[in-house]
Amino acid sequence: MNAITNAGQTAIVEELAEVIVANKAWLSEIDGKIGDGDHGINMAKGFGRTAERIHGKDMTLDAAMLVLSDVLMSEIGGSMGPLYGLMFEDMAGALKGHNQLDAETFSAMLNAGLAGVQGVGNAQVGDKTLIDTLVPAVTAFDAAKAQGFAPALAAMITAAEQGRDSTIDLVAKIGRASRLGERSRGVLDAGATSCCMILTTLGHSVLRRLA
Amino acid sequence: MQRFINNPDDLVDETVAGFVKAHRDLVHLDAANPRVVVSNAAPKAGRVGIVTGGGSGHEPAFIGYAGRNMVDAVAVGELFSSPTAKSFADAIKAANGGAGVAVLYGNYAGDNMNVKMAARMVAKDGIEVATVVANDDVCSAPQDERAKRRGVAGEIFMWKIGGAKAATGAPLAEVQAAAQKAIDACRSVGVGLGPCTLPGVGHPNFQIEPGTMEVGIGHHGEPGTRIEALKTASEVADDMLKIVMDDHALPAGTELAVLVSGLGATPVNELYVIFDRIETGLTAMGMTVHKALVGNYFTSLEMVGATLTVMALDAELKALLDVETASAAL
Repeated sequence: MNAITNAGQTAIVEELAEVIVANKAWLSEIDGKIGDGDHGINMAKGFGRTAERIHGKDMTLDAAMLVLSDVLMSEIGGSMGPLYGLMFEDMAGALKGHNQLDAETFSAMLNAGLAGVQGVGNAQVGDKTLIDTLVPAVTAFDAAKAQGFAPALAAMITAAEQGRDSTIDLVAKIGRASRLGERSRGVLDAGATSCCMILTTLGHSVLRRLA
Repeated sequence: MQRFINNPDDLVDETVAGFVKAHRDLVHLDAANPRVVVSNAAPKAGRVGIVTGGGSGHEPAFIGYAGRNMVDAVAVGELFSSPTAKSFADAIKAANGGAGVAVLYGNYAGDNMNVKMAARMVAKDGIEVATVVANDDVCSAPQDERAKRRGVAGEIFMWKIGGAKAATGAPLAEVQAAAQKAIDACRSVGVGLGPCTLPGVGHPNFQIEPGTMEVGIGHHGEPGTRIEALKTASEVADDMLKIVMDDHALPAGTELAVLVSGLGATPVNELYVIFDRIETGLTAMGMTVHKALVGNYFTSLEMVGATLTVMALDAELKALLDVETASAAL
């Protein structure tokens, strides 16, 4: 198959939530090394609450993403609330009205999500933020989409993981860790790590449904 | 963890609930949003409203500064995490007396984004918003990148001045200018001797080895900018004063407001030991301490450590600082 339906995809967002909740401690641990250690707690709270609200409901992927966006923006806050909240809101906006989710629609969704993040934050690649995962992942998907939906998802997953790992050697230029200068080098960025979890989980969820 | 906790997820709501019960003569919860604490004196028709907000875990900041001639409404976030844009927007609405609202907050990525989004939300209601972003923490960025510095305990002076200026009936632009002048006149530094633990995490973010101290520490349990051997109280106080005054370049004879705040688990008597030495040092530089605050004014859960804030006063700041106020913390 080269597409999945947009309808009946509540479980994709539930699967996202499951991975974030399972990694609550790990995300807080890496955040704690150069930040304040609350990333895993707030992410798990927001994604977990969303999963409870959408469980058992028959929703399109964009409708489920909008619930997630609303919880992150109106109940969680922090810096991840607006960043991921706007990312999912704009991703949902790109999916709205589409019956089928194919490579082109998925690309539009990823690019809209990226634009949403860049509209509120001003990080560039290399600043040690979630942008270091998101930008190469979106670029890799777009570069591979002519080969088909599944190969493009695989390329996105690989690029997201490489993007996440690239933050280890970076010095933070934005956000709380930026005040540490050289002391921020040598550890993963928590936002880049959670963004990688989101993209790879989303990628695998769609890949399983394409198979 | 030796702490008084029920469910870590409920800690913030339970803190706010207890706070508004204890200080019901001063504050109440916003009817529309349980994460907004409103001064009983707010809103005042025709007067500029003062709003702040930030993560929890800094008590008595931020909620403790809601009150008469101080902050009108406070948006409350999760532990060490910015309030939502919606909470900032609801706080702005609660503080709005029709003359605009000044949002006076600290320089953190989350707060910057959420305040920006909140200002957009209330613009639809015709509320004019001005912002001042505190950046008093010297060690968090070099002098030529002051705009990147984070806001710490100097925010208290910014709120005090902003609230007092608003109480004079001054228009929004003048209230904003006074608050900006206040934070521009502030320099702060923090020294950490022991880390803190978020109850939901259960262990400290990082360790401070016995016999060492983190200089330039933030008040969210972030590590400092450098690790040094722990020295005597006088030597640490001298170092803190040097960091702050080297960044300040004040002429002899300047009148000052000085704040020494504990980070949560440092005994108050030690804060007085530090202040004693700092006052001596300032006097030796020819400065005069007009107003001193010593105690737990802006904390970081149970961190061991202290912050020093020095604000240079001119006639306007001095007069506004001395305006009578009533809030839980000041």
